[in-house]
Amino acid sequence: MSTTTAAAAELAVQAKEAALRSEGYWAGVWKRLRRDPVTIVCASILLIMLLVIVFAPFVAPHDPYQGSMIRRLRPIGTDNHLLGTDELGRDMLTRLIYGGRLSWFMGIVPVFLAFLIGTTLGVLAGFAGGRVNMLIMRVTDVFYAFPSVLLAVAISGALGAGIVNAILALTLVFVPQIIRVAESVTTGVRNLDFVEAARASGASGFTIVRVHVLGNVLGPIFVYATSLISVCMILASGLSFLGLGTRPPEPEWGLMLNTLRTAIYVQPWVAVLPGACIFVTSICFNLVSDGLRQAMDVKG
Amino acid sequence: MFLYLVKRTIYAVPIALAVGFVCFMLVQIAPGDPINAIVPPDASQELLEQVRRDYGLDKPLPVQFGLWLMKVVQGDLGRSLATGRPVWDDLSSAIGNTLTLAVAASLIGFVLGCVLGGLAGTFRGSVLDRVAVTTAVAGVSVPHYWLGMVLVVIFSVQLNMLPAMGAGPGGSSDWAWDWEHLQHLVLPAVTLSVIPMGIVTRTVRGIVAEIMNQEFVTALRGKGLTRMAIFLHVVKNAAPNALAVMGLQLGYLMGGSILVETVFSWPGTGLLLNSAIFQRDLPVLQGTILVLAMFFVALNLCVDLVQTALDPRIKRA
Repeated sequence: MSTTTAAAAELAVQAKEAALRSEGYWAGVWKRLRRDPVTIVCASILLIMLLVIVFAPFVAPHDPYQGSMIRRLRPIGTDNHLLGTDELGRDMLTRLIYGGRLSWFMGIVPVFLAFLIGTTLGVLAGFAGGRVNMLIMRVTDVFYAFPSVLLAVAISGALGAGIVNAILALTLVFVPQIIRVAESVTTGVRNLDFVEAARASGASGFTIVRVHVLGNVLGPIFVYATSLISVCMILASGLSFLGLGTRPPEPEWGLMLNTLRTAIYVQPWVAVLPGACIFVTSICFNLVSDGLRQAMDVKG
Repeated sequence: MFLYLVKRTIYAVPIALAVGFVCFMLVQIAPGDPINAIVPPDASQELLEQVRRDYGLDKPLPVQFGLWLMKVVQGDLGRSLATGRPVWDDLSSAIGNTLTLAVAASLIGFVLGCVLGGLAGTFRGSVLDRVAVTTAVAGVSVPHYWLGMVLVVIFSVQLNMLPAMGAGPGGSSDWAWDWEHLQHLVLPAVTLSVIPMGIVTRTVRGIVAEIMNQEFVTALRGKGLTRMAIFLHVVKNAAPNALAVMGLQLGYLMGGSILVETVFSWPGTGLLLNSAIFQRDLPVLQGTILVLAMFFVALNLCVDLVQTALDPRIKRA
């Protein structure tokens, strides 16, 4: 009891001190985020989902691969199977929880890889300018000439099914998009006075990028990348839905939708559950990204 | 401006060539010998050698690309491994169906998006604005193949109002403009329209809100114009951008309808791609993607040209 009051008092003192200091950029962002109920709710939903899928073995009531021929396609609310069973008699709730692991993985990893590659190339193009810029941006234009779904399907269709191929294809879809954003923000920062000042005081190109450019461009690029997670998740599940990407019996939301497609005449509401999971996750990522954009005051 | 139009058109040529090269490379990055994309797996060694020579597969890659390009320009996309028919035969009928679907979906999405976005932009911060923004976010976040399944569950399985499969009665793939066929179009078109609806709503809302804040609108108000008259001025200013967004969306839908076509068994390019993926029919995959990508390049060009013509304020280098 006394320790908690002491801790609370300590916190209050700290808060007061923090309020007295002039607040930094991130403190401001955090303050604005806290006042945005939609973002907080969505972020909480995502956090809960993340915890559930990370601790899937402790949370899930059944084995995700163990089916039963006599308990196939049970409706929602069946005893012992809260969300029914799938076409092979496996527990839906369990498979949805385990399915989230791959769906999240395939929604985030390609965007993360594209963020690394795209930022490097985009900042390079924007900062170097001239021929380097020309080369990088013209190649980017070519990939922009494909609708993203088509590009993803084309590459993973040619490479064949498999998680690695799908991730490769999706990364390639998002790299050009991130390059464009990174290039345009870097070009904007490059000609500002403080970069000029750094150059005048003898800083090398590398130092200027590391200290002066990256700090100003990473935020907008990051916010843009977070907005891609939702698209990536839908695309990745779409690839699995087409039979590219994940392969059975691995649980993944897109693939589950595909295998349950014929079941819509028997248990329609069980069959559409995996898609509902994709929808909720994707809308939450979108809204959190919008909230971040506003809180960080990123234009565009 | 004329100079820009010419420049832009010329710039489309290297892009088209590069897109062709990416499509050419699709067969090269496929695991295994690219020759397996041409001959059946049980072909004899002599046949393999002969085909290799006939197709120029023993030549260096750039030469191969040149040879392939010559054929493509003449309309020869190769033969399907599964059916043995020329790829173009299957493709030409599929393209019409996909175009029908994409145009219908674009129209629905554009009209809804303009209405929602226009209202939201005009009455910023109102309940209407909130509804429009929420709809737009839902539209871009929804996995549309799943939405298609939900619509089938509601309108085909539960209410028995609309057909769930195919493009016409009895699974026929020939399209006609009568009710029998149109009712097959409703569900896929509505499903596909949610993406452009969301994007058009967002864009139009942004454009309208920006225009409403400009001084000329205040001036019009001061002049005593009615709401309606001001609205017409806003429409005139917003139209070029909205149309440009819509034009690009049509292209995205042409390329992106594969999932919806799979859900509804719509006999378009998407279904063709889907079966090509399943049978690992690389010539069909390559041909379909090439044609769709070229369509997108051409559409991009048209949108840029039309937008420049409509809105001469846009200055381009």
